[in-house]
Amino acid sequence: MSTPPVTDAARSGQHSFEGAKAQALIPQARLAGPMPWVLAIMVALTVLAAGAGLSLGNLAGDARSELSGGATVQILQADPATRAEQAQAAQEALQAMPMMEQSRQIPQDELDALLEPWLGESGDAETVPVPALIDVRLEGRADDAAIERLRQRILQVAPDARVDAQSDWLQPVFSALTSLQYVALALVLLLAVTSAAAVFLAARSALGNNRETIEIVHLLGGTDGQIAQLFQRAILRDSVIGGGVGLLLGLAAVLGLGYQFAALDSGMIGGGGLDWLDWILIALIPVLGVVLAVATARFTVLSAVRRML
Amino acid sequence: MSGGDGEVAFFDNVGLRYGTGKEILTDVSFSLWPGSFYFLTGASGAGKTSLLKLLYLSQRPSRGIIRMFGSDVITLPRSRLPGFRRRLGVVFQDFRLVEHLSAFDNVALPLRIAGVDESELVQPVSDMLEWVGLAHRAEAKPETLSGGEKQRVAIARAVIGRPDMLLADEPTGNVDPEMALKLMRLFESLNRLGTTVIVATHDVHLLQNVRSSTIMRLDKGRLADPTGALRYPPRRPVHAGGTR
Repeated sequence: MSTPPVTDAARSGQHSFEGAKAQALIPQARLAGPMPWVLAIMVALTVLAAGAGLSLGNLAGDARSELSGGATVQILQADPATRAEQAQAAQEALQAMPMMEQSRQIPQDELDALLEPWLGESGDAETVPVPALIDVRLEGRADDAAIERLRQRILQVAPDARVDAQSDWLQPVFSALTSLQYVALALVLLLAVTSAAAVFLAARSALGNNRETIEIVHLLGGTDGQIAQLFQRAILRDSVIGGGVGLLLGLAAVLGLGYQFAALDSGMIGGGGLDWLDWILIALIPVLGVVLAVATARFTVLSAVRRML
Repeated sequence: MSGGDGEVAFFDNVGLRYGTGKEILTDVSFSLWPGSFYFLTGASGAGKTSLLKLLYLSQRPSRGIIRMFGSDVITLPRSRLPGFRRRLGVVFQDFRLVEHLSAFDNVALPLRIAGVDESELVQPVSDMLEWVGLAHRAEAKPETLSGGEKQRVAIARAVIGRPDMLLADEPTGNVDPEMALKLMRLFESLNRLGTTVIVATHDVHLLQNVRSSTIMRLDKGRLADPTGALRYPPRRPVHAGGTR
């Protein structure tokens, strides 16, 4: 028999094992079927949870900053003349204080408009005494010390006055918003763990289906890294598809909900919009999802093939 | 004990057991030399396949020393094993072809794994398929090949990278006597290029067909070496057709 046409090319190979020829080696490595859709759903839910969390953060932040220097002075006097007299004196005393940025006595017609939903159009000040209100904005924060100084001064000229920091009214709301933010963060983490678990199980299944081929590749001198790369490329493709679709679905949901809340035309909810940094963070979710999926697939495959000799 | 750089493989008091079972191989010691041709014989269950698994680094021994190409492969880091496996060509008893790849792609697989560019491998793979008489079956999938054709694809895959050592497990078990003889001629051709060839077989007729081969006989997991030809330094060579 003639001399076999062997080649020494294998001793000086420089190229990595990739491309269609490499992918064809393990056709089932593609975690196809439901995998892109599972990842799409996970990414969509994560976008929704992150959007809600960021929006709540903005809402609470805006409200806090708006109310941080705010205080309300109420003149709780049933007699309209005395009430007006004390309100006038309090307003003058407030404007003379150095810590004051602005103070404004709420006009009676504005108060009537505020109370109209409860008292009707013909609100009778004689029958239902409504306190006089002065909206106060301090230069610094309306903390306990500032409110106490304000109270001391006002009571000297308006004994029926009551002074409250505006942020106190909304403290329970802020607590609830903070709790909701933690829930949103927990959801994002939970979805990330669930996505990783889904990729882990799919990679294990694909490994099992291709065990014989992997053993052959090993015995022909394939490295663990080469084998892991075959699966990484497959999950990369699936996760890019899933991430893209998930981002679109999630964005649609976030924008839809945003328009719904914007239609409420509430002052506080108006502060719950997303700024450009929030949108960048949301856009990064599928990217992080892809990184997480590929890293999970690599870790899963490497830990499995290392058990083979 | 030796295990110097001259031998392609050196086994010293190697034992192998699977799990907690009894030893499949016991106190196996031998040296394999570059460019030599060995037959590994013995009855079924004697441990031939297990010994080959140790040689192609698919199994670690339970005890003993194994050096391949001058390196202790038992303590070798796992990351360096692929480099050693690329110096080996293995023809498995059950062929172990990748079923969804064509004959061409199966033969090209070791080159692709070794990082050979596609443009550089087409001609060598085509030539190799021509050499084993399967050029016309290049695009055929293994399931459509006969036993003999599969065997030749497996051999082509094993030898295309000019391995330093070729290990063949019962390579003639699935072919007729005429094809068996052809395969032996093929192994001899490769051997003449400097490749150490180890053929595991229980077909005693094959042993007559290769001159200047050394017989390694396994008996219940022990290597029978009455003449000392397999030890280092060998007392005298044992050739097929001669003293065994």
